[in-house]
Amino acid sequence: MNTSLRNNQNVVLAAAAGCLLLAGTALAFYWVPNAPIEGFRQRIFYFHVPIALTAYACFGWAAWKALRLLWTRERRYDLESYTAVHMGVIFGILTLVTGSIWARTSWGHWWVWGSRQLVLFLVLFLFYAAYFMLRYSVEPGPRRANMSAVYALFGVALIPISFLAIRLAEDLVHPVVFTHDVQSKLTGSQLLTFLVCLVGMLSLAGSLYVNELTGKRLDARLRELREALQ
Amino acid sequence: MTFLGDVLVLARKDLLLELRSRDTVPAMLLFVVSTLVVFHFALPSDASATAQTGLLWVALLFTALLGLVRAFVAEREERILDGLVLAPCDRSAIWLGKVIGVMAFLVAAEVVALPAYALFFRPVGWELVAAVALADVGLAAVGTLLAAMAAAGRARELLLPLLFLPLVIPIVVGGVGASATDDPGRYLAFLGLYDAVFAILSWASFEYVVTE
Amino acid sequence: MSTAEKYVTAAYLVILAVVLLYVVLYAFKLGRLEREVAELAELARRREAERKQAA
Repeated sequence: MNTSLRNNQNVVLAAAAGCLLLAGTALAFYWVPNAPIEGFRQRIFYFHVPIALTAYACFGWAAWKALRLLWTRERRYDLESYTAVHMGVIFGILTLVTGSIWARTSWGHWWVWGSRQLVLFLVLFLFYAAYFMLRYSVEPGPRRANMSAVYALFGVALIPISFLAIRLAEDLVHPVVFTHDVQSKLTGSQLLTFLVCLVGMLSLAGSLYVNELTGKRLDARLRELREALQ
Repeated sequence: MTFLGDVLVLARKDLLLELRSRDTVPAMLLFVVSTLVVFHFALPSDASATAQTGLLWVALLFTALLGLVRAFVAEREERILDGLVLAPCDRSAIWLGKVIGVMAFLVAAEVVALPAYALFFRPVGWELVAAVALADVGLAAVGTLLAAMAAAGRARELLLPLLFLPLVIPIVVGGVGASATDDPGRYLAFLGLYDAVFAILSWASFEYVVTE
Repeated sequence: MSTAEKYVTAAYLVILAVVLLYVVLYAFKLGRLEREVAELAELARRREAERKQAA
């Protein structure tokens, strides 16, 4: 891809992310009224849920790139899928941390097995962390690219199945199911703040993704150059 | 040769190898019984049915891991897998042949493990047997694919558990649910769903895992 | 600040911290890439000089 085009894309994404997140934070702290039941602490919602959704989006993007790799065997999709998983794991960790803080302030514990989202993200985090272990222990090459792609695809299949499993496990272990008292219908101001933060987070992920991908491509190019010169 | 013929030949090879060398299945049998004994000491005396069932499933998971690590060791040592990949057979025949072999090992281990569990802990009902049977399919299908991946890497005994455990959490949920609650049907259906989804995925993607 | 406000701020600060940490790590990576490029440029220059000498 033409590098100047990619640079423009990067700048646009970073600028969008900056503006949107700045606006979103301001809205979340100053403009949006307190939620009726939860009160002030509900405001974590405006970052926690967009981060979670962004993580899902990253994993989905990684699976799409993985599918393209297996379809076309073009090597560039391997780096793209890898970077997307990397971003997904970063946002996954953020989901777990912000979710834990929200759990602490809502229910008094840093971790609750009764929160479906938290448990699902824990399982996904373990799964995608193993992705990196897989990449580090196999020699670079088309074989590793294929295996990583297959693994990334298994990940998105795991998301709904894990969610079902966690729901079934609740009846088993009888924990108290913890859900936040977010009303099923968001009011206008809440929805606006949420959407601003969501698009902001997605732009942030996109900007980090393009940066990281450039870095990884540079690494690969430099390695080739070094081999050519020695 | 037909697809099914290839599968049977490959499965037969694994089973014959095991019959002659007898290194994997006896280890799995001993491992699962020792683990159950360790769990007796790890559980308090008033442990609930769910806790006891849960530990049985943990024991089964780790026994399966033991068997799976061995599944591709011989292949790697003698580069048989490369030869098989060059052979004019459908790559997924290799997968299915291995799956049948792994399932045979698992069933052999469970034939000893379940009576041992009934002896040490609590009686075994039909739901547990059905759950174990369904779980075996899922464990073998996913495990064979992951073992092939791990075999290509460096620290494969370390890598396989890391890849395996997050993926089989749903099997544990299904298995424990089927044997410890009043509504086993739901959990057995869930195990069936897991098997269907991941067996198809593993079948379809094995080819990509073993070739360039 | 009430406890609730403290926790909400903590959550936002964590997000900021992680992003800034990423920037710092990336800065290190860029430093390494610059060094590698300098090394490779030096190698190329040396090769060019040898080639000119041999010719």
